[in-house]
Amino acid sequence: MSNEWPLWEVFIRAKAGLDHKHCGSVHAPDATMALQAARDVYTRRQEGVSIWVVRADQIVASDPGDKHEFFDPMQDKIYRHPTFYQLPEEVNHI
Amino acid sequence: MYTQAMDVPNADDAPSVAAPANEAEAAAHFDARCAAGEYVEAKDWMPDNYRKTLIRQISQHAHSEIVGMLPEGNWISRAPSLKRKTILLAKVQDEGGHGLYLYAAAETLGVSRDELLTALHTGRAKYSSIFNYPTPTWADIGVIGWLVDGAAIMNQVPLCRCSYGPYARAMVRICREESFHQRQGFDSLQTMMQGTDAQRAMVQDAVNRWWWPVLMMFGPHDKDSQHSETSTKWGIKRISNDELRQKFVDATVEQAKVLGVGLPDPALTWNAERGHHDFGAIDWTEFWNVVNGHGPCNRERLAAKVKAHDDGAWVREAALAFSAKQAARAAA
Repeated sequence: MSNEWPLWEVFIRAKAGLDHKHCGSVHAPDATMALQAARDVYTRRQEGVSIWVVRADQIVASDPGDKHEFFDPMQDKIYRHPTFYQLPEEVNHI
Repeated sequence: MYTQAMDVPNADDAPSVAAPANEAEAAAHFDARCAAGEYVEAKDWMPDNYRKTLIRQISQHAHSEIVGMLPEGNWISRAPSLKRKTILLAKVQDEGGHGLYLYAAAETLGVSRDELLTALHTGRAKYSSIFNYPTPTWADIGVIGWLVDGAAIMNQVPLCRCSYGPYARAMVRICREESFHQRQGFDSLQTMMQGTDAQRAMVQDAVNRWWWPVLMMFGPHDKDSQHSETSTKWGIKRISNDELRQKFVDATVEQAKVLGVGLPDPALTWNAERGHHDFGAIDWTEFWNVVNGHGPCNRERLAAKVKAHDDGAWVREAALAFSAKQAARAAA
C-alpha cells in the first residue's frame, strides 16, 4: 500500500480563452510523469492546450458538511443581483 | 464497455446494518436528494451501502475496461492492414483510458487503487464476463466493436445521469469515445462483407459466437436481479436490464440487415403488438458458469492481467525511487 504512487488532480484548459477545469486524477511518482500521464489519459482527442496537475493532498477544500453555514451569508443579499432593481420600462434593458 | 457484472454481488459484501437514529435522519435526507435528481459528490455524507454499491459497480466497470484490452490486444500485431492496426491501437488505448477514469472515480469513495487491483487479482472482484470469450479470428474484433461496444453503449448512456457525480462525469467522457468503437467495428465488418465468401463466412461465424454472450451482458432478468431496487432508488441505475436488452435487440436487428448477416436465433421475430422484437430464451446456466470462473478464458485473462502487473512492479518501484532521489537532491 505504501508503495502506491501519489494521486494528482488534473485540470485542463480546453482552448485559449477558457479556464482550466478539473477533469479527473492520475497516479504518478512525480510532477513530470503526472503531466505525461494526464496528457495520455485525458487529452487523446485534442481536448486540451494546457494541463495543470496538483498533488491531491495539497488541495484545501471547504467542508460540504458546513455548506449551509459557509455559504449562507450570500443568500439574503438579493440586492447584489441586477434583477433586484425595478427600472422604468424605457431603461430596463440596462 | 461493459457493465453487466454490476448485478453480481461480492461474497464479502456485509449485509446492511440498520442506521442509528441520527443516521436514519441523514439517510432520509439523502434519499430525498437522490429522488429530487440531485448529484452526490465525493465528500458528501452518504449511506454505507450507497458507497459500497458504487465502489463495487465502478470498480467492476473499471476492471472490465482493463481486462477488455486483452482479447483485442491479441490482434494488434496481426491486424490485416496498417490502417486497421492504428485504429485498433487507438481503441485499446481508449479502453485503458476508460479504466483509468473509472478507477479515479472509484477512489473518490475512499478506496485505494492498490486495494481495487488486489481485489481483481485475487479473484474477489468481478469483471464483465464477455471478456472470458476468445477472439480466434479477425472478424471477432469487428464484432466486439459492433455488438459488445454497442451493448455497452446501451448500458452506459443512462449512467451519464448516475447520482454520483464523479461516476457520471467519467461516463460522459467514456460515452463520447465509445461511439468511435462501435462505428469502427461496423466499418470493419462491412469491409469484410464486401469481400470473399470466406470473409463473409468468418463474419457470420463470429456473430454466431458472440450474439448470446452479448445479450447476457445486460445481466439477469429484472425479476432475478439482486441489486436493482436500491440502485434504482438511489439513481445509480436508471433503466432495467430487460428494458436495455430489448432496446439493444431492436436496434441491432436493423443493423444486421444493413450488414447482411443473420442473427443466430430462430425465435427472433417482430412482434407488432408489443412494437418490439421477440427473441429466444437466454442460457443462464452458461452465464453463471462464466461469471463463476468457468468460461473459456477466465483463467487466461486473469493470469495475463496479474503477470502484467507483477512484471511492471520494478518499473513502479524505480520511478518512485527516482522521484525520492530527485526530491532529496532538491532539498539539499
